Amino acid sequence: MSPAFSFQGLTLGYDRTPAVRDLRAEIAEGSLTAIVGPNGAGKSTLLKGVTGILKPLGGRVCFGSADRSGIGYLPQHSEIDRSFPISVVDLVAMGLWREIGPFGRVDGARRARVAETIAAVGLTGLEARPIATLSGGQMQRTLFARLLVQDAKVVLLDEPFAAVDSGTLVYLLKIIDRWHVERRTVLAVLHDHDTVRAHFPDTLMLARDLVAHGPTPEVLTAENQFRARQMCEACAETPHTCIRGAA
Amino acid sequence: MIWETLVEPFAAYGFMRRALVGCIAVSLGATPIGVFLLLRRMSLTGDAMAHAILPGAAVGYLIAGLSLTAMTVGGLIAGMAVALFSGFVSRVTPLREDASLAAFYLISLAAGVLIVSIRGSNVDLMHVLFGTVLALDDAALILLCVVASITVIAVALLFRPLVLECADPQFLRTVSGLSAVTHFTFLALAVLNLVGGFHAFGTLMIVGIMILPAAAARFWSVSVGGMIVVAAHIAVSASVAGLLFSYHHSLPSGPAIILAAGVAYALSLVIGPVGGLARQIPSRPRTQL
Repeated sequence: MSPAFSFQGLTLGYDRTPAVRDLRAEIAEGSLTAIVGPNGAGKSTLLKGVTGILKPLGGRVCFGSADRSGIGYLPQHSEIDRSFPISVVDLVAMGLWREIGPFGRVDGARRARVAETIAAVGLTGLEARPIATLSGGQMQRTLFARLLVQDAKVVLLDEPFAAVDSGTLVYLLKIIDRWHVERRTVLAVLHDHDTVRAHFPDTLMLARDLVAHGPTPEVLTAENQFRARQMCEACAETPHTCIRGAA
Repeated sequence: MIWETLVEPFAAYGFMRRALVGCIAVSLGATPIGVFLLLRRMSLTGDAMAHAILPGAAVGYLIAGLSLTAMTVGGLIAGMAVALFSGFVSRVTPLREDASLAAFYLISLAAGVLIVSIRGSNVDLMHVLFGTVLALDDAALILLCVVASITVIAVALLFRPLVLECADPQFLRTVSGLSAVTHFTFLALAVLNLVGGFHAFGTLMIVGIMILPAAAARFWSVSVGGMIVVAAHIAVSASVAGLLFSYHHSLPSGPAIILAAGVAYALSLVIGPVGGLARQIPSRPRTQL
């Protein structure tokens, strides 16, 4: 199977301190992969590296069947200003940007698509509501609707289930399963290992360095988790040893 | 009676008509910028940039006296420099952006006042600090109208990326390369409006006509477009009210206009339908449930 993209000696970080080191892995097209690891393991950083928001300190992300323009990205506790005066429908319609750009018109067909998507995440009736009035779960559903409208081949989710209610969780997992069936490549940073075991066939465990990558049951072992914690603690205690390979 | 109070000052005196045209131009250009400054939580940045224009305009004044061109060019250069530099300082030093901005505008204000004082009188100083809305000449009026036209057209063209850049900058960065272009065009528009507007309102008060109507509009509309329309109406109304009030009571016009906008803000704060104080009182028991 051809890879959607691969990490080739990828080193990412801030202020020349690497948060992800020399990562080598291939993400298969159409795979559904969870990224797990202790706090500060570089999980979010890795997603930022894939989107291109963060430039690599070394190595690169090499795109195979996918490319950057086909990425949909949901950041952690999204940076969206929740008090911003914008309605649910307008926020979801932002997902059309790649089709319509700064000047294109939102025509009838696109409007219908936006409405259908809002229905698919169970927010019908809230279209005109300003986002300031939404609950955490409703906001996350809105952002998932925007991702759906983007029709992205590659979907990156950074802790998508943090602070959502159980009803919303079911909806969101359904959407992720649907993406998987449609052979989209999905990468999600997650903390809850039960969710990972139940819904994610593949797992990539990170502790700045790659710990393990493969089928979830083989990766999520007690031994790997112990190793990951140790690697992260070692890094935190002696940060200078982490600068290996950085300029 | 109504005619004498509301229309005659403008019908009888050319300087009042000129002031009205100048104020309308400033209102239409500055308010969209004010709305976006407010939504990006950059109100203080606007203030700092307005002060930063002062030394630039002052150097222009030092070279060429009260020359529109020299002061405008000086102000533009200083304004652009600060717009770029304040972002730079907060990115490369541990100083928070608000602190670096406060430092910046205090220095600018002091430098500007000193430079004007080297050559000019207190009257000239007042002109630079508080503007001369009743003494706008043709060149100044044309400048204000050109600035307003450029701003309205640019905001219309860039509306979608501007909204996105405010609401969810990270999203814009992942889907489009327009993020930086949008940001710097916006800063350039802000400087342009501050420099144009300072001939009418002075460097100290131009920010008032930019931010106050925008802040008031926040209490009336739940969409960005709606806010801009409301803010522009408030700014124009405040201009008319301020000019008339200052005419009938022989008071300075610039501060009267800004105060009128301030009254509009205070009223909106209390009775505005979107989050105004009056709306919040009855809803409190519901939120406690």
